Amino acid sequence: MQKTVSFVFVWFALVLLLAATVTASFMLKGPAGLAVSLGIAFGKSGLIYWHYMHLNEEEGLQRIAALGAGAWLLILFAFVCADYLTR
Amino acid sequence: MTALQERPEQADRHDRGLSETDTERQSYLRAGHSLGSWFFTRDHKRIAILYLFAITAFFMIGGAAAALMRLDLLTSAGDLLTNEGYNRAFTIHGVIMVWFFLIPSIPNTFGNFLVPLMIGARDLAFPRLNLLSWYIFVLAGGFTLFVLIAGGVDTGWTFYTPLSSMFSHGNVVLAAVAVFIAGFSSILTGLNFIVTVHKLRCPGMTWDRLPLFVWAIYATSLILVLATPVLSITLVLIAAERLFGLGIFDPKLGGDPLLYQHLFWFYSHPAVYIMVLPALGVVSELVAAAARKPVFGYKFVAGSSIAIAVIGFFVWGHHMFVAGQSMYASAVFSFLSLAVAVPSGIKVYNWAATLYKGHISLDPPFLYGMTFIGLFVVGGLTGLMLAMLAVDVHVHDTYFVVAHFHYIMVGGTVSAFFGALHYWWPKIVGRTYPLVWGRLAAIFIFLGFNLTFFPQFLLGYLGMPRRYHVYAPEFQMLHVLSSAGASLLGLAYLMPLVYLTWSMRYGAPAGDNPWDATGLEWTTPSPPPKHNFDEIPVVDRPPYDYEIEMEGEDG
Ligand code: HEM
Ligand SMILES: [Cu+2]
Repeated sequence: MQKTVSFVFVWFALVLLLAATVTASFMLKGPAGLAVSLGIAFGKSGLIYWHYMHLNEEEGLQRIAALGAGAWLLILFAFVCADYLTR
Repeated sequence: MTALQERPEQADRHDRGLSETDTERQSYLRAGHSLGSWFFTRDHKRIAILYLFAITAFFMIGGAAAALMRLDLLTSAGDLLTNEGYNRAFTIHGVIMVWFFLIPSIPNTFGNFLVPLMIGARDLAFPRLNLLSWYIFVLAGGFTLFVLIAGGVDTGWTFYTPLSSMFSHGNVVLAAVAVFIAGFSSILTGLNFIVTVHKLRCPGMTWDRLPLFVWAIYATSLILVLATPVLSITLVLIAAERLFGLGIFDPKLGGDPLLYQHLFWFYSHPAVYIMVLPALGVVSELVAAAARKPVFGYKFVAGSSIAIAVIGFFVWGHHMFVAGQSMYASAVFSFLSLAVAVPSGIKVYNWAATLYKGHISLDPPFLYGMTFIGLFVVGGLTGLMLAMLAVDVHVHDTYFVVAHFHYIMVGGTVSAFFGALHYWWPKIVGRTYPLVWGRLAAIFIFLGFNLTFFPQFLLGYLGMPRRYHVYAPEFQMLHVLSSAGASLLGLAYLMPLVYLTWSMRYGAPAGDNPWDATGLEWTTPSPPPKHNFDEIPVVDRPPYDYEIEMEGEDG
């Protein structure tokens, strides 16, 4: 029961963040808008990781393994940036 | 009902009766005869067979497109296909061969069939998911065939922007959807293998006793799970730009066409290892079984699979040397590309060391294994040439590149696929096939392959660009040679279809372990019963535990 409550709670938080993204896209332009919407997206995926993917119930090794996917994305971002910044 | 006895004389090939042996009657092949028992099965072995049918069909369709191209290339004028038609032919050839044949080929057929048998399990960790991934695959294949009927796509399998996002008239979005769907099948399969290897190993099957094929499938699965989502998202971005004008790749809208190449190759270079790693695993098995010796440097061969999977993620920029990538990034990618050759080299040297002084039998599986090794070495070394920044400027987008990757993907992976087919066929259907025909087919494949693709190295070095069907007349001789080789190769690929099918009915029963090899899969009856093992086995010895008998010791 308590679990269901927290799931609904997280869902509300996600909807609020979605509203924030939409609002920000109308209010902010340029790099500031990009930074804000990326920040919000980061928060949203954090919530999903932690609650919906049950990482809050897992042990250390599983949490690290889940971070592995993020580390993999960092490879992509790091090398793409290396190209863009030195072109 | 009268019980049929085992055939008395296994080697008696004149006995062509329809008799079924006792093991056959209890095997997974006889566990239900209705269509439903196949299409709703959760048995990993039957799903493997479903995949075998599906990918064979796609291999033939992709092969038909190749045949059209080789026919067109016989003359320097484009007189068989229109320009547009030629573009569509090579696109459908690439899309089908990469996503609907090579990527699923070894993992989804032999991986599915063998991984549970090799680690002493009764099935994969998620049998329903396994069946689902077949249906997703078939759905994606259906989309691809629809694209084909609806007129095709002309972007090449790489879907480069801005051609794909702004200019192409073909069914780009539909084709992207097809590949997108196929991606889910890949991800589910990869996930299934990872969990299976972690959770379902039988007692005593420690990580350092896993067969090398399982190591290779495990490494492949890691790539499948980590890289495929990037491809899926990239294809969605193309569709979003085409349909909604979202500025991702179009500079006018603030995008960058090169970003596409980064995203695409971040998936696709690792994907070439998805295609070749399982083949490397197969060859390790074939070499050990042929040499009848423990694999030299087992830990290094196993570890090199993981190393390839990891390093393979750091080299994608070698596809963008002349695309306008920063010079510094190019230099770094060039250097890193040389590093990825090291683990591949480890494998080849260790195979050679395993074979050294082995008691080698020239059975068909080993001939395919040798075909793989020879062609893979040529393909890999030319990969190194291409990874040299300065050399690549000269040969980029020529037939040299075409020859390079066909040596690895066709000469390598497809040969290993046939090697696996010839090695495990007696296990899969329980019958032996005529070894002579197996040897002949292997030899024809080797000859036909080299006649087809070696001239393409020369063509490319002389400046023949890829993806053109109208060319300077001085190239014609080499193109004719290549087309002649392709006909031989095509016939050679059809040969096993005939004698393997024949063997299902007329071949002699194989017995549990026809090659006298180690490995848990050979301790089960051929074909295995539905649940693989009556009792879950316990492993108490190292892998490839052959009694060493050196050449010449027993005269
Ligand atoms: C081992 C399995 C390999 C496979 C399956 C493979 C496959 C491919 C494919 C499909 C392409 C062409 C992509 C296209 O433009 O359509 C390609 C190009 C290339 N490969 Fe490989 N390759 C392999 C190994 C290597 C290795 C070991 C290296 C170097 C270390 C390498 C270096 C290159 C380079 C530099 C190109 C780009 C050439 C160009 O477009 O100018 N490859 N490879
Ligand atoms: Cu590459």
